[in-house]
Amino acid sequence: MTEIAPGWELTVGLEVHCELQSATKLFCGCANAFGQTPNTNVCPVCLGLPGSLPVLNRTAVEFAMRIGLALNCHVEPSIFHRKNYFYPDMPKDYQVSQYDEPINLDGYIELPSGTRVGIERAHLEEDTGKTSHMGGGGRIHDADYSLVDYNRAGVPLVEIVSRPDITSPEDARAYVSELRSILVATGASDGRMEEGSLRVDANVSVRRSGTTELGTRCEVKNMNSLRSLGRAIEYEAARQIELLEDGGRVVQETRHWNENTGTTSSMRSKEEAFDYRYFPEPDLVSIAPSAEWVTAVREALPPMPSERRGKLLAAVRSASPDVDEHAIADQIVTVVDLGIDALVVAAIAAGADGRLALARGANEAASRPEDARALKVESFVELLHLESSGKLSATQAKSVLAAILESGATPAEAIAKLGFEGVDDAALAVIVDGIIGANPQEWQRFVEGDEKVAQFLLGQVMKQTKGQANGRVVAELLALRKGA
Amino acid sequence: MTAEFTPEEVRYVAALARLALTEEEVASYATQLTSVLGHIDTIRALDLEGVAPTSHAFALENVFREDEVIEGLDRDEVLAQAPAAEDGRFRVPSILGEAP
Amino acid sequence: MTPLDRPSAAEVAAAVRSGERSARSFIEESLTQIGRDEATLHCFNEITAEQALARAEEIDAAVAKGEDPGPLAGVPIALKDNLCTRGIATTCSSKILEGWLPPYDATVVQRLHQAGAISVGKTNLDEFAMGSSTENSAFGPSRNPWDTGRVPGGSSGGSAAAVAAGYVPLSLGSDTGGSIRQPAAFCGTVGLKPTYGLVSRFGLIAFASSLDQIGPFANTVADAALMLESIAGHDPRDSTSLPTQPSAYLAALGEGVEGLRVGVISDFLTDADATIEVAVRGAAEALCAGGATVEEVAIPELMNALAAYYLIAPAEASSNLSRYDGVRYGLRVDAPDVAKMNAATRQAGFGPEVKRRIMLGTYVLSAGYYDAYYAQAQRVRTLVAEAFNRAYAQFDVLIGPTTPTVAFPFGAKVDDPLAMYLSDLYTIPSNLAGHPAVSVPFALGEGAMPIGVQLLGPALGESVMLRAAQVVEAAQATGVRGPVAMSEGSAR
Repeated sequence: MTEIAPGWELTVGLEVHCELQSATKLFCGCANAFGQTPNTNVCPVCLGLPGSLPVLNRTAVEFAMRIGLALNCHVEPSIFHRKNYFYPDMPKDYQVSQYDEPINLDGYIELPSGTRVGIERAHLEEDTGKTSHMGGGGRIHDADYSLVDYNRAGVPLVEIVSRPDITSPEDARAYVSELRSILVATGASDGRMEEGSLRVDANVSVRRSGTTELGTRCEVKNMNSLRSLGRAIEYEAARQIELLEDGGRVVQETRHWNENTGTTSSMRSKEEAFDYRYFPEPDLVSIAPSAEWVTAVREALPPMPSERRGKLLAAVRSASPDVDEHAIADQIVTVVDLGIDALVVAAIAAGADGRLALARGANEAASRPEDARALKVESFVELLHLESSGKLSATQAKSVLAAILESGATPAEAIAKLGFEGVDDAALAVIVDGIIGANPQEWQRFVEGDEKVAQFLLGQVMKQTKGQANGRVVAELLALRKGA
Repeated sequence: MTAEFTPEEVRYVAALARLALTEEEVASYATQLTSVLGHIDTIRALDLEGVAPTSHAFALENVFREDEVIEGLDRDEVLAQAPAAEDGRFRVPSILGEAP
Repeated sequence: MTPLDRPSAAEVAAAVRSGERSARSFIEESLTQIGRDEATLHCFNEITAEQALARAEEIDAAVAKGEDPGPLAGVPIALKDNLCTRGIATTCSSKILEGWLPPYDATVVQRLHQAGAISVGKTNLDEFAMGSSTENSAFGPSRNPWDTGRVPGGSSGGSAAAVAAGYVPLSLGSDTGGSIRQPAAFCGTVGLKPTYGLVSRFGLIAFASSLDQIGPFANTVADAALMLESIAGHDPRDSTSLPTQPSAYLAALGEGVEGLRVGVISDFLTDADATIEVAVRGAAEALCAGGATVEEVAIPELMNALAAYYLIAPAEASSNLSRYDGVRYGLRVDAPDVAKMNAATRQAGFGPEVKRRIMLGTYVLSAGYYDAYYAQAQRVRTLVAEAFNRAYAQFDVLIGPTTPTVAFPFGAKVDDPLAMYLSDLYTIPSNLAGHPAVSVPFALGEGAMPIGVQLLGPALGESVMLRAAQVVEAAQATGVRGPVAMSEGSAR
């Protein structure tokens, strides 16, 4: 167990709310869409009008099953409960959610580092509307009044509850990052944290190193990026440690992460007591997926990121056996995350250089992931060959790749259009000789072994050829003349 | 044990249910609900170990709708019913606590 | 003229469909009757005369073009004011919903419209259907056409009284613990609670969702069956709607009860008035005379149903009524923050009985009490259903009183909630089990008030149950055929 501070260990459990990408809401036919004009995707059901009744969206259930199976959970017969509390963003003043009989139970995620984090449950529930606080700088406590938009009310969510297996802010970030990749891979979620389609709450506690009983936890909310998640956990752990070291005691409560101040603060309002009075939702019947349905969903699941990372690494390693696996770990994650791994693996299988294919995939292709997923393998392979054989410089290859991703042209067309036909070696030799003649002092230092000046000479050649010279050929020509 | 609805409990429950009861109501509900609970209490004494609870009259399963968009309500019609609206949204007095 | 001297719904529809009489003439007659007696009876929260006359003209135009407007063509009907009607105020007789205009029609309202029926208005009820007398209406009680000093029963008191007074041959009510059958018994009409899930609840403003069911009031068993045919059947907008198509209830009538096994529920006779016990035995004899075998049966589990009901129904209601918070529709009482606004609005908008039940329901669901009360009540519910099912292995139909007493005077129970709750003693078990039951007027009791006999059937056993109900109806005492007081314009 690693320590978060001398003598202290950290325990974190994460609750991730994931909006599903179904066409409609969980219990009505209103469009499930982000960023629409307020209160335009509403109907009697999601507005909780008197007399309206919910009917469950089959696709949302199937998406929840996909997520559960991708997280190695068991899909169970399940029911909905009502969670009762008053809040103006909740049209019925109760939330329809799954309580003690959730659809997915008991799974796990394996992080790229090899750490396994248990998943307690992944259940279905409905989202709330959105409130905007008016006046007082938009903060809830200082606002004069609030405005409510119910477009988001009733959007399907899956809440994924981890076991308290996370022991560092880094692992917390890695967990959410991995979970996000899995969710995107299932097709059930777009995984966009900034748009709020992925929302993370962290249950944070600390304990003296070597003790086994978990400390009192606080639930921290309102982190809207992986970075703020890490910061919030660090801050909260430090706050609790300081409190305990000063002889104080941690109060179990919900705390709000403030991105600007970098601190957490209590959300408790004095008068309010929450007693959710859960009971089975009488307006909905149970979900009991047949074994056939579960099998069909499982079989239709695409390969998950961990499996794809393994395949990609194996492909790179087979083509470039001396590769430093640690150095390329981030590139592997990026390529898989963006779904470019199939392209890279296919290129390697067709004979492309492993490390080069991965690097171009993780950099240039990654900046246009959609185009990269549509790119023809042959084009990618041809480009990689041109670069590895020295026919294109690295700079040129990057430009050509960017061009073919943007325009859909073949490498030959892009090269012609960019004027990268290349400077032939004889012409290049003349240019190199001219540069040597024009810079006698620098040449002298180069001959005497000053390697730094080589960059200067190369730069001069590039300037004259407008960047079209192959750097490796220039280096060879300079070495040849130095030796002569 | 006979259940008794104390005035304190009445106040706690009224807060949960968002009812601004008068002190008179607190007193009369304490008496009336204690009497109702007294009758209801007979079933607390029943030994129902092993009897499954029934939440629905009939155990239906897997009732779904297809994921197809159906046009919703007109926003103006919806907001016309609201006690207060502004800028296409429902207006409410300030909210003191964050959502739980 | 008593209601039974007026044409039945079937006769109205036949006359309109054949072109013999116009729908407009029937609506005008209905509105005339309402105009005469409504000031006394207060059956309606709103009378929609203009819309009704306009619809009647559409129906008449359709008939003139040779079209068939449906099995209820031109039949004036009344709708309990907890059924959503597009653009027409739907209040649940509560101040909290005053002025609310639903943007949609309940499924039953759509179906009745398609069947050619014409609504003349929205009927009064105990606020949010919580009560047994209509005394809990925020707009004042309805009166019993048999004796205006007595309650019409509740919660669907306005719908029951509207039929008993001869305003309309058919009306709709809702029954959560007896809210159709009890007022039917008190007003001397037929009142039918169908199997849970047979009639869609979409657009019925919920009281207790797992118990609520919509059903008809009529002067005759045949008319009740006719209306049931128009409203029953699967609705994809209600997840608890049963995946069945309605049977031909009307066609099954008249087949008699030869060979049917009828059980008289003995537990229901111990606390009922003597005249009511006599009526039940009389009805049993009529079934016997019709060729049924009749036996007494003890089902003691049913006597725990009342206590379970007064846990389950308030619990569900406390949640169902949370949405009346002053944010989206209906009443708002201003306050400096949203929580205070919610509480002030609900305090001002709900009447004492609704608040009492919200309190009780909130309490029994709250932490620490769930298992002792709510979960225990759900187990009792299981026992009630199992006991019924054992009885239905032996009997096709069960029979008993609908209520322990006839209609009581105003104010008799209003300060004693427990006494009021006890008037649902015999109707509640069917709601817990989700089974159908019907109240049929049979005799006159104390104060010459009508007595209802209740016939109970197993799930989806409406056809057989209605056949037996019709045999009982055929044997009813003469004075039961409608109140004379109102129709002669001399309230007693």
